[in-house]
Formats: sequence, C-alpha cells, structure tokens
Amino acid sequence: MSARRIIQRLLFLVLVVWAASTITFFIPRLSPKNPIRERFAQLARTGGFSPGDLEKIIASMNTKFGLDKPLLQQYTEYIGSIARFDLGVSLNQFPKTVWDLIAESLPWTITLLLVTTVLSFVLGNLLGAVAAWPRAPSWLRAIATPFVLLQGVPPVLLALFLLFFIAFRLKLLPLGSAYSTGRIPDWSFSFILDVARHQILPALSLIFGTVGGWVLSMRGMGVTIQGEDYVNFAEHKGLSGYTIFRNYYLRNALLPQVTGLALALGNVVVSGIVVEQFFGLPGLGQVLFAAIQSNDFLVIYGIVLFITIAVASLMVLVELLYPLLDPRIREA
Amino acid sequence: MTTIAIPQPQVQQPGRLTLLLRYLRRNKSLVFGLLILLFLISFTVFGLLTVDTKQAYPLSVRSKQPPSLKYPLGTDFFGRNLMAAMVVGLWQTAVIGLLAGGVGTLIGVVLGFISAYFGGLIDALIKGICQILTPIPAFLLQVVIAGSLDKRSVTIYTMAVVVLLLAWMGPTLVIRSQVLSMKERQFVSVAKLSGVGDVGIIFGEILPNLLPFIAAAFVNQVFVSLFASLYLSVLGLGPLREPLMGNLIWAAQGQSAFFNGWWWWPVFPALGLVLIFSSLALINMGLDELANPRVRRTE
Repeated sequence: MSARRIIQRLLFLVLVVWAASTITFFIPRLSPKNPIRERFAQLARTGGFSPGDLEKIIASMNTKFGLDKPLLQQYTEYIGSIARFDLGVSLNQFPKTVWDLIAESLPWTITLLLVTTVLSFVLGNLLGAVAAWPRAPSWLRAIATPFVLLQGVPPVLLALFLLFFIAFRLKLLPLGSAYSTGRIPDWSFSFILDVARHQILPALSLIFGTVGGWVLSMRGMGVTIQGEDYVNFAEHKGLSGYTIFRNYYLRNALLPQVTGLALALGNVVVSGIVVEQFFGLPGLGQVLFAAIQSNDFLVIYGIVLFITIAVASLMVLVELLYPLLDPRIREA
Repeated sequence: MTTIAIPQPQVQQPGRLTLLLRYLRRNKSLVFGLLILLFLISFTVFGLLTVDTKQAYPLSVRSKQPPSLKYPLGTDFFGRNLMAAMVVGLWQTAVIGLLAGGVGTLIGVVLGFISAYFGGLIDALIKGICQILTPIPAFLLQVVIAGSLDKRSVTIYTMAVVVLLLAWMGPTLVIRSQVLSMKERQFVSVAKLSGVGDVGIIFGEILPNLLPFIAAAFVNQVFVSLFASLYLSVLGLGPLREPLMGNLIWAAQGQSAFFNGWWWWPVFPALGLVLIFSSLALINMGLDELANPRVRRTE
C-alpha cells in the first residue's frame, strides 16, 4: 500500500464528509421552517408568553445561533466548526452539547450493531459457503433456504412479527423498551440480565433480516470458486474435505465478502437505528428521532454527520486493510 | 444410383411459449415473485372496486374492532377499516414505488449513457459525484429532508420525490459500467464504421442490448425506494393523513397496539409489506439470473 494511495483515500473521505455536511446544512435552510420559530411557537402554545415576546425571543435566539448572518458566512462558520469537531449544542436540552447526547446513546447502538453484524456475517457466510459446497450433507445445505427467503424483508417488519409471536402471543420476552419499568440502571448482574433480555428481539430481527444477503452472495462466490484449478488440485492431492473447505475455498470466497461488508455498513446502521426506535431503545435512533420531533436541528445535523463520518471512515479503513487479507493486492 | 428417401425424423421446434414456460420452470424465484405480485395487484384492484375507500380514513367506522365478517382485517383505534386502509395503502405504495423507481432509473439511464458514451470531463464529474454521495447513508439525509418539510403538506408525491433525491446514483453507476463494456463490442464498431451516428448507435445498438439490465435496475430501484419510504413512514415522517402501510404500523406502535391487545392493527399492514418486499426481492433475483447467465450456475 503506497503512501500516495492512503492520502488519496483520506482526501476522498474528506470530500464525502464535506458533501454530507453541505447537504445537511442547506436542506433545512431551503425549507420555509425556521427551527427556532417552530420550537418557541410550540412553547408559546403550551405555556404563556405573548406573541410580542415570542418575536423578541426568536430575534435574540437567531442572533445567538448566528441565524441572522448572511447564509454564506453561516456556511463557512459551520464548516469551520465541523473541521474542529464541534457539533454545537442541543436547543432542546440546552446546556448539553451534541457530543454529550451522542456519548450517552452511542454505547447502546454500538453494542447492538456490533453483536448483530458480527453474528450475521459469520452465520451467513458459513451457511452460504456450505450451501454451495457439493459435499456438504443435504440437511445442512437446506438450512440456508429459509434465510434466503427472508432476504429482502426489512428488519423492522421482522421485528414486528417477532414481537407478535414471541412477546405478544407466547409472552416469553418483553414488548419493548431497554429495561423493565421501575428498574434503576446500575452495574448489578440482575440488571444486565434484564437489559440482555430486552435486547434479544431487536438483535434477532436485525440478524434474520441481514443473514440472507450474506448467504446469497457467499453462495454465488462459492460456486465460482469450485471450478478453480487450485481447488481441483487440492482435491487430487488428496487433502481432506475439511481442509479444502477451510483453507482453499472459504478463505478465497470470503475476500469479496469483506468488501461487501464495508459497502453494507450504511444500510446496517440505518436498519439498526430504525429497529432501535421501533423497540424504544435509548440509542442514537431515539436521540435523532426526538430531535426531529422537536426541531432540534443542531442535534439532527450532528447525528447525521457523526454516522456518515463513522460509516465512510470504516469503509475507507476496510479498503486500506484489504491488502493485509489478500496478498495479491499487496504487490500491485 | 437410386435415391432412397430417408424419412426425416420430425424435429418439432418448440414454440416460443413452450420455451418461455421451460425457462420459467428453471427460474423459480422469478415465477414466485411474479405470482406474489399478481396476487397483490388483484387484491388491490378487487379491493378498489368493492371496498368503500372512504373507510380508509379516520372516524369512518367503529374503532378497535377485531377481525370479523364485516371488517375482515378489523378496525383501528382511529376508526379506520383496515381492509380499506390496506387497499388504499397498497395502491399508494405502488404509486410511490413506480414513480420513484421509474424516474430514478430514467435519471440513471440518461446519466449513465452520457457519462460512459462521451467520457472525458463529463464522465469524471458524474462518476465523481456518484462515488462521493454513495458512502453517505442516503436514509439519514432523507430524514433531514423529510424533517424539514411542513408535516401537514406531505403527500405521497412529496414522499416519492424525497426518496428519489438521493437514490439515482446506484442505477447511474450500473448503467455506466454496462455501457462502457458494450461500447467496446464489435457490433458497435461495425455500426460506427458504417457511418451510424451517435444517436443511432445509442438507440439502435446499445439500448436494446441493455434492456435486461435496465429492467433489473428498475426493479432494484423500486425496492430501494419502497424500503426508504417504509423507514420514513415507520418513523412517522411520511404523509401522516394517508393509510400508507408504514404509517399504519407507526400509528399502531404509537398507541401501543400490542400492549392493548389490538394485534391485527400492525400485523396485517406488516404482512402486506412483507409480501411486497419478498416479491420484489424474488423478481430481482430472477432478473439477475436472466440478465447475467453466469449466476445460473448457482442452481
């Protein structure tokens, strides 16, 4: 991997972040809604201050957040603050910064996504590889079929059916939320167990929703690799089926899947956020959604940018690490 | 020398229909996908003809009724007949999917052609924009767009446009790479040497050969658009007045339908959506096999 290539990819990353921040900056500005006006009009309806006061408050808030400056100046200041990793403050929960909100909710999201993505990737690739392996027993190859049929169904719909059958009909697991009502979060064993119980259905729906995709692409890869000379050669050498499967077949078929994982990250995160919100878990999805409901626009931008940067950086990282997995690219 | 008339064995060339049926027997996913789609279409058409569509809107029937003979799919908390809501919702889903999918594919075909056929600076520009936008999770930007709209004025058409705004990059890149590879084929060179103009080559030589890819891109585009619009509406960012199936699920979840025992309210719309997405995914797989015969070996 030449230094030039690394610099090229990093520049690309900067461009992606710039594009995302520019779009997120201009879209709300083009809309007729003024987030501050909306927010305080909402307050004015519920608790009493007169329309005259309202205008004064809006004017002073506009000055405070720099919304009365020319658009171009606002834009350059905004880009400047992003370059300093300053995402601003929440309008709704004022003293808190956007980073505070992200830090509070991120552990929930990361845990759920990490566990489900790893499990789904491993399970899907194994099942897919086995499904394309002619010497595997037929019952083992058949396991993959139901997952392939689920492929394409959005995880949030699977979540709904899991809720219906397991939580509503069989009453085995809770209907939603992060932990039982009335419990106070601490690090005790029973609390962690309670949280884990609440995470089973969200995790299952994300896993079932994504496994099929991996099975399908891995099966396709596996079929192509079987015809390769080196697999035939290994067979004629008399290597055991397991050795061929693991070292000659799986290892080669997995390479494009790693790229696939990098490309799928965006969808994984999006589905995760929607499922999280569906179950009422306190992750990034809930913060984003609460911000949308209350027009807390700096929080909306902050979270959108944070996720974009995370996804794009992971993509570039995988691309840069790829030569470690594939010796053939190291030379080129 | 005597000529002996050897009776020619009658070789029956199978008709086109037989060939088509034979092909479909091999391509099971395409058949199943089309069958589900056919079922959904007939359900919608039959429903639109027989069910009173006014009942798809709130306060039109008695609320919270479980499925019965009068209301086969029950009624919801707001007094909507779920049967009518499903029929109207399916129709609107079809409108969004066809609109966003169709226009997205069209943009993709046009940009992909321009980019690949003319090359140079235009190509670099179009390809660059697509590549920079692709890593950004489009759904997040769609959330920002939908969030900045005035909620009362969101219609299914706004929804289609919101979904479309960030969904044309995929087809553009696909069509571009196909045109690039087709441009180098010999039949294009022959046409060029015999004096066929750019327009003639694009419409007479390249486009007809691209049709399977365009069809696959279209189905995929419909799928992506419906996926995005489901996510938006499940989060309550859709056209709230309309009985779009994602909206029904959002409303049911908001009223804790499971907790209150009104299971039919979210379950039937979700079932409809599962059928839509499975059908599109199956057709997609089937078309993939049709357009790219190398995948056929997976059988």
